[in-house]
This record gives sequence, C-alpha cells and structure tokens, in this order.
Amino acid sequence: MKETTTLKKSAQTDGLSRVDGRLKVTGAARYSAEFNIKGLTYGVLVGSTIAKGSIKSLDTKQAERAPGVLTVITHLNSPKVPGYQDGKPTGNGVFKIFYDNKIYFSGQPVALVVADSFERALFGASQVKAQYNQDNHQTNLRANVNTAKAPHGDGTYKRGTEDAWKTAPVKVEQEYIIPSDIHNPMELHAIIAQWDGDDKLTVWDKTQGVQDARDEIAQIFKLKKENVQVNSKFVGGAFGSALRTWPHEVAAIIAAKALNRPVKVVLSRADMFTSVGYRPHTWQKIGIGATADGKLVGITHEAIGQTSTYENFTEGTVGVSQSLYACPNVNTSYKLVALDVGVPTWMRGPGEATGAFALESALDELSYQLNIDPIELRMRNYAQTEPQGGKPFSSKYLDEAYKMGAEHIGWNDRSPKPGTVNENGWLVGYGMGGGMFGAYRDGATVKAIMMADGNLILQTAVSDIGPGTGTAMVSIASEMMGIPAEKIRFDMGESSLPQAPTQGGSSITASVGSAVYAVCKDLKEKFQQLIGNGGTDKPDYAQVLKQHNLAKLQVTSSAQGGDERKKYAMFSWSVHFVRVKVHPATGVIKIDKVACVADSGHIVSPKTARSQIIGGAIGGIGMALMEEVVFDHRYGRIVNNNFADYHVPVNADIPQIDALFVNKPDPYINPMGAKGMGEIALIGMASAVANAVYNATGKRVRDLPITPDKLITMDVELS
Amino acid sequence: MKQFQYTRAVSQQSTIDAIAKPGTKIIAGGTNLVDLMKRGVTAPDKLVDINNLPLKNITSTKTGLHIGALALNSVVSENSLVLQKQPLLSMALKAGASPQLRNMATVGGNMMQRTRCAYFFDVSMPCNKREPGTGCGAMGGYNRMHAIFGASEQCIAVHPSDMCVGLAALDATVIIAGKKGERRIQFIDFHRLPGDHPEQDNHLAMGEMIIGVDIPDNNFAKNSYYLKIRDRQSYAFALVSVAAALDISNGIIKQARLAMGGVAHKPWRLFDAEKALAGKAATEENFKQAAQIAMRDAKGYEYNSFKIKMAPAVIAEALKHAAGLV
Ligand SMILES: Cc1cc2nc3c(=O)[nH]c(=O)nc-3n(C[C@H](O)[C@H](O)[C@H](O)COP(=O)(O)OP(=O)(O)OC[C@H]3O[C@@H](n4cnc5c(N)ncnc54)[C@H](O)[C@@H]3O)c2cc1C
Repeated sequence: MKETTTLKKSAQTDGLSRVDGRLKVTGAARYSAEFNIKGLTYGVLVGSTIAKGSIKSLDTKQAERAPGVLTVITHLNSPKVPGYQDGKPTGNGVFKIFYDNKIYFSGQPVALVVADSFERALFGASQVKAQYNQDNHQTNLRANVNTAKAPHGDGTYKRGTEDAWKTAPVKVEQEYIIPSDIHNPMELHAIIAQWDGDDKLTVWDKTQGVQDARDEIAQIFKLKKENVQVNSKFVGGAFGSALRTWPHEVAAIIAAKALNRPVKVVLSRADMFTSVGYRPHTWQKIGIGATADGKLVGITHEAIGQTSTYENFTEGTVGVSQSLYACPNVNTSYKLVALDVGVPTWMRGPGEATGAFALESALDELSYQLNIDPIELRMRNYAQTEPQGGKPFSSKYLDEAYKMGAEHIGWNDRSPKPGTVNENGWLVGYGMGGGMFGAYRDGATVKAIMMADGNLILQTAVSDIGPGTGTAMVSIASEMMGIPAEKIRFDMGESSLPQAPTQGGSSITASVGSAVYAVCKDLKEKFQQLIGNGGTDKPDYAQVLKQHNLAKLQVTSSAQGGDERKKYAMFSWSVHFVRVKVHPATGVIKIDKVACVADSGHIVSPKTARSQIIGGAIGGIGMALMEEVVFDHRYGRIVNNNFADYHVPVNADIPQIDALFVNKPDPYINPMGAKGMGEIALIGMASAVANAVYNATGKRVRDLPITPDKLITMDVELS
Repeated sequence: MKQFQYTRAVSQQSTIDAIAKPGTKIIAGGTNLVDLMKRGVTAPDKLVDINNLPLKNITSTKTGLHIGALALNSVVSENSLVLQKQPLLSMALKAGASPQLRNMATVGGNMMQRTRCAYFFDVSMPCNKREPGTGCGAMGGYNRMHAIFGASEQCIAVHPSDMCVGLAALDATVIIAGKKGERRIQFIDFHRLPGDHPEQDNHLAMGEMIIGVDIPDNNFAKNSYYLKIRDRQSYAFALVSVAAALDISNGIIKQARLAMGGVAHKPWRLFDAEKALAGKAATEENFKQAAQIAMRDAKGYEYNSFKIKMAPAVIAEALKHAAGLV
C-alpha cells in the first residue's frame, strides 16, 4: 500500500486531453439511439394523463390503422414477461410495465406504438384513446407530511443526548426545502433491442452499468446472463438517471419480441421528467446549537422526502449531519411520504447534496449569530476522526482545502455584516459550503493485451457517462507502462468484457483504475520474465515480443479493496466558495466568481478532473438558483416538463469556475491514492450560493431555488 | 404529429390564396409553429413556407424605417440602420430566446408567436385559448408567468415576445396584406386582450399575412433601454421586461415611451406613466413616481403577485438606464 508515489507525473502537468474528445465533438461517437440496425422499427410511448386510478378502456384501433404503424402494445396484449409472473402485483417494490390496468403516476406509459418511422410512431401515439377510472391522487409533499413513514426501522440515529442543541446558549432552528430536480442529461434515454431467436438478446442501451443492466434484463426475461449482450459505448450524461433498468427498456424488449424485429425507443424530454427518476423533493428541519465560543453542542436533523406509492426510494440525506463535524450530540430522523408520482432515484451527490444544503446553511446562520467567521466555525468543530465510530480517516485535508479556497476567492474581502457591500448599485456577498461523500472502491477486472507493434489494448466492461473514464484509465496505463497515450486503446461499454462495476458513487477511478494498475503491473512482470532479471522496468515491448517470436502478450487481472476499510473511514471532501452580486431592486442574482476545492486524493487525470468539478459546480448552481419541478396538484401533473420552462444554467449564468485540488494521495484506498470526486463536486454548492446571497442581501432563502421574485418579496432580516 | 402537406410560396399573392383555406398555415422560421405541431397544440393540413418571398428588407423610408416580415431576428438586431435609429429594438431582440433561435426567427413569426402558458401547451389540460370552452387551467393553477394587466375570466396568459415590447414602445405600424390589398394598423392595436375570445391573439384576419413593420423616426436613440428580468441570464422568458425610450433635452423629458412585457396578453404600453414623465426632470424620483402610476390597475394571482412589486422596480431601473443615470 505504500506504492502511492509511483504515480505522480500526471498531477504536475495538465494531463491527457480526452481520448474520445475528437470522436465526440465531430459527431463520430455513436450513442445508443444511433445504431442503424437492419430492419429497425421505432416505438413511442403513450403516457397516462391521470395520476391515480385505472385504465377503463384503451382504444388502439385508430392507432393501429395509422400509416406505418406495426403494432400497439398495451397491458391488454403485451407478451408475458417471465420475471413479472412472480405472483406479486405491480406496485410491490417494482413497476411492471404493461402488466395490469393500474395507474400510479401521470405520464406512466399505457401503450407503446411501434411504426416504421419515428414520425409515424409519434402520430400513431397521438391516436391512442384512453379512458380512466380516476381516484383521488396525492402529489403534494407539504400537504402529506403527516403520512410520513420511516423506510426501515424507525429511521432514527442518535449519538449522545437527543435534542441537546436546545440547551446551547446560541442556536438556530430552521426548515429547508428543496424541490425535485431532474437529471436532464443532454442525451435522452434510449434503447435499441434486438432478439436473436427466443433466448438471445442484444441491446444498445443508455446505461451507467452494462453488466448490472445485463443482470437485470436477464432476470426480468429469465434469460441466461451470457445470452444477454448490453452495449453502451458512449453515454451523453446521466448523473444517476441511468443507474438502473427502467420500464421503457423493458417495453422496447417486449416489443422487439412481439414484432420479431429490432425496436428503438427514445424517451421524449417530457418523459425524462417522469420515467427515469429525479432528486426527490425534500423537507428538512435542523436544530443546531453551540457554545458562545463556537463549539457545537448538538445537531438535530429531520428529513422527509417524497417517494412513489409502488416503490420506496431512500437516500442518505441526514448522513452529513452525522459525520461532517465533531459534535457530541447528534440525532437524525429520515422519513418518506409515498405520493402518486414516479419513483425518484439517485442524482449526483444523492442525499448528501440535499442534506448539505440544510446543514451548511444552518451552520452559516449559526456563524452570524455567534459572530464567528464561517470557516473559523468549521475549524473549531473540525472532525479529526470519524465522528460516528471514532475510526481514523484514511486521509482528510479539508483544513487545507478551506485555506486554498478562501485565499483564491478573496475571502478577506467579505464583510461579516450582510447587506453592506454595494458595488455600482449591486450588493456583493461571499459564501461557502462544504461536502463529503464516501470514498468507495469495488472489485474490477481488466484484460491487457500488448500487441506486436507495441500498442496496448485494455478491456473492461465499465461505461463512461462523461467524466472521462477512458482518459483516466489511459493516463494510469501510460504512466505505468511508460508508453505514450496514443499507443493505448481502452475498450469498454460492452457487457461481455471483463467485470467492472456500474459507474456511480464516484468509485470508478478507485475501482477500475486499481485494476488497470494491477494488470499493467502483471503485464510488466510477464515481460520481465521474458527478458530475465536485470532488464529495464519499461522495455521496448514490441522488440521483446519480436525477439521471442510472440504476436502478443496478454494478461487479465483483478483488483479489489482489502481490510483497510475496516480500519479507516474513507471520504472525499470538498468546499465551494462563491462571490455573488444581487441587484437590490430587481432581485437579479449573478454568480461572479467560484472556487471549488476538492480533497480527493491523488489527481489521476487533471484535465478531466477539472471538468468534473466545473460540471458539478454548475449542477449546484442550477440547484441553487433555478432548477425546480413544478406540479399542478389539481391534476397531479408536471407543468414545466421541457427545457424552455425547466431551467438549467446557460453560459451566461456561469462565470469562471476555478477547480483546485489538494492533490495529496490517500495512503490506504488504492495504489494510486485516488479518491472519487463526481459527487463532492456538487455537494455543498447550493448552500455556498445561498450563503453568499445572504451575505450580499441579508435575505436568507431556505427553499430552493433562489429566484429573483423570492428576493424582492422578502423583507430584509437585517438585525 | 399529424401528416401534413408542405409547399413553398412562389409569391405573396399565391400565399394569400393558399391561406384563405382553413387548415393552411404559413411557416416562417418554424421555431414556434413546429413545437406546437409536435405537441399537438395545432395540427395544420398544409404549410406554406414563405421564406423565399422578398420580404427581408430593412430600409430607410422618408418617415422612418421599414423592416420586412421575413427579416431574421438576428439580422435586425445587428443591422446598422436599426442600431443607429432604433437601438431599443436591437436590445429587445437580443434579450429574446437564444442566438440559434434568433437566426431562424422572423419578424412576422415573432409577432405571431403563441403564449408559453403551460396549460396551452399541454393538450391534456384545460385551456380556453387552445380549446375554447374548456376553462382556464392557469387561473387556479400555476400562474407564476401570467398576466397582471388586462386579463379576463377566460384567460390570464401573456404574450411572450420581447421584440414586440420594443416595437410597441416605438410607435410602430404593422403592414398587412390580404385579398383586398394592403392595410396598416398601429402596432399597439395589433395584439388583443383576451376578453371572451382568448383564442384570438391579434387582429390579423383569416387569409391575411404580415408583410412588414414601419417605425417612425424619433429622438429616442440616445436615451433608450430594454431591461428584462428572468430566471436565468439568457434563454428564458421575461418575468417582467420594460422598454423605455426618452427624448431628453437639458435634463427635461420632452417625450417618453414605455412598454412592458411579461405582464399582459399583449405588449403593455404605459400611457399614463409616459404622460406623467413629459415635462419632468429625468430623475430617479420622477421615474419611481411614474412607475407607481403605471401599476394602478395591476391584479395578481396566486403565484404571480410578485410582479406587482417587481414591475415598478424594473420600470424605474429601465428609465434610469435610458437616462444614463446607471
Ligand atoms: C425555447 C425558446 C425560447 C424562446 N425565448 C424567447 C424569448 O425569450 N423572447 C422572445 O421574444 N421569444 C422567444 N422565443 C420565441 C421566438 O422568438 C419565436 O419562436 C419566433 O420569433 C417565431 O418566429 P418564426 O419565424 O420562427 O415563426 P414560425 O414558428 O414560423 O411561425 C409562428 C407563427 O407565425 C405565423 N407567421 C409567421 N410569419 C407570418 C407572417 N409573415 N404573416 C402571418 N403569419 C405569420 C405562423 O403561421 C405561425 O402561426 C423562444 C422560443 C423558444 C423555442
């Protein structure tokens, strides 16, 4: 485990540019919907217009007669899905598409119209006429908090004394609310399904994990795993929305079977709001108290999130309060309200991003009450060991990160008195907020093949949703083998390749990177055996192969974590600093400057790491200032399900964002010393923005997003 | 999307003949029409593409500036005559949509664009504008983007255009062609209030088309400003926008023009506030007073009452910019 120093070079330079960058910007990269399979047909889903009830009748005749329509699949004629025949009805933890006539949410697919062209399928879909028996629906979290239930046990956690914050001399108790946010990756979810006989299936599918998708599909259709091939060569963003297999994927596979032809289903943007999960609307309340010199006495953190009636989705919303600060007394509770909506799912920084908005806002509020600088307050409660169990951290340089960020943003220019700095008619403010996320590592296997010409091929079944996994892996291999990146090809995104985990939880560099490291080490050892002792560590591989009359040399290696996790608590850390300008009369908010600092161990691929941080920060700005799913609860239906009405940041909203890295290897997590950074890039950002807006204006917005109307209608709380 | 016929217009006359038939619609940039067709909000049988007609000119006339109905939003906003004579129009255009959309969007299409009301766009919801008699979904629903002036029981939608707010402030005239020849109508009279017929956005009659707009010369070029408040810095419709134009001489306002967007079913001219400003000094105090006058008949709904506070602030701020006080 002390090999960490071998991989230092990349961090000193900018590192590799994206190995697939050219393919992507020239349009040569092919995404799941872009494979031209012979005989391809096109499916369009028809969504229910009610939120709860059952289908009374479905008239598909007109649709079936529409030009080009090949079939219309509904619960009335759907071929049986073997994995659905387990006796359990829909709504028992899993949503079964076209299984029965029950409606669980508005937008739920009730039919799939398949035609010989997309346009004709779209027209056919408009001709399906559904009648419903409507039941009273509930889509409003706030109106239903009284029905909140703990997902498992009583949903509570306690250390020390319950509600100890109430006994503290200085305290804050406030409610914080986030709306639902949609992942909305640029690429729509898409699948092409093709059967080869009755028991063999190939899909080109937008997924974050080709092997998990293969396993899920094999289980649903009761197929042998080796008879299911899942390909996902390029993924145009996902942020968690493609972590699981969704009903539309099953629908395409059903239709391909029924028609005995390949079927493509691409979700519409409106479907993206109901059919592939979202960050759940969550109500939180924090009570936090400290001594007059800023030592935390206690934190109470309650959270109530929304889920669907047919499946519980849980996330670690209150975890940050348990682990971020050294606080003797902490109690938390986490509950869910089941509503007549689609099920949520993990979205970048799941749970932690929601929880950190509340906790880091509350800490900011406390800092003003105490009249202690927010960074100083955090330092006075700095956790030297993991607060829950007392384990040492494998590495934690958050204190250094605070210093780097503060210096970079010009924290000294911040006025401790809110609403007092005016620059040419604009109020100026500074804010900060931090995040943490578990640094995970899974097992992974990589095959390495050194070809006669000295080119190296690496193969593993990971998929790349955008962080630049291929680039990071090529960086590691290039350094290990001592060959230029141009001579390395990284094959991925096919389920038949050697085992790799799903891309999620910021764990891929740690997991697959370790396997690349291991396979390179093993391959070099093989070369050493050929050369004999005393040879160079990085020989001319092509020459060695030639000397030994070999066409290639290959090796497959696996890597996984050991006992280190038992001894150490492993986390990545981040802190975000924001300078904002707010127009006092119109409420317009401009983010003026951003500095994000990540403590994520050794930085394997500096350029793509910077992009990761910038992307996450922008996601956090969107969460803070504009993203919000709006329901009309009378109809139980989303009213802003498109990119004109659901706002994500555009270039004009984003200033220069500086991504800084502590860049010190973690000695225990893996041989590269690399920890994850996908989630921490976003976690804490929304609070940094909200805290900066408060510092600028004296207005504390506790329900996101912070839009101009909220600022101008709020009375100033300046004391 | 329904299957439809597509033809290219060969002349203005052939266009007028074609659109006399029900179910036939003009397509210009297509940036609004095609979206509405995809959502099933409108389903024409036949489209007449008018992009080849010679209606793209931007020219000086004896009394002002003429802009053809097919001039692109991007081209108008960068045109040197427009920048010199009517910079307010350029500012309003650039505040709208995105560069890509402005490269497709035309002046005529911009005037004719439909409301962005969510209930109008979602065919499973009630909407008197889309389907008269079904009710107004927005009235008791999510109406954050909706009207505070001139709404009716039938409809509280707003006209979403920025360009039109500029043209309304600049006393423009619309030139319309139909079977009976050409007619002209004041720009501020072109769009309608919803009343009992929210399905009608404007006074263009069946079988008529827009061929251009005229803007009379004025003394506003030095002191005009378009201020748009929105949920993000670009590519979002106005919460409230204001076009302000002042003719100032020796610190005294000789004439003022004010129009607001995002507040009514049509670009909303603030005649009373304009009158109140005439003859007054160009000071922040006077601007704030005028802004209050403009708000007299404002009425908010559940989610848009903030506009009653936001709008006067934006009026005053736009006037300050126009007067060079910011
Ligand atoms: C995502 C998005 C954001 C937008 N944001 C803004 C914004 O912030 N501000 C803003 O002002 N606008 C905005 N727009 C709207 C945009 O300005 C309009 O879509 C555009 O101006 C329409 O022009 P067009 O030429 O494309 O019209 P088309 O879509 O071609 O036509 C629209 C309508 O006008 C009719 N028509 C066209 N030309 C004529 C004519 N000469 N005579 C009679 N009828 C005619 C058509 O029959 C059709 O009914 C946005 C649009 C989108 C899609």
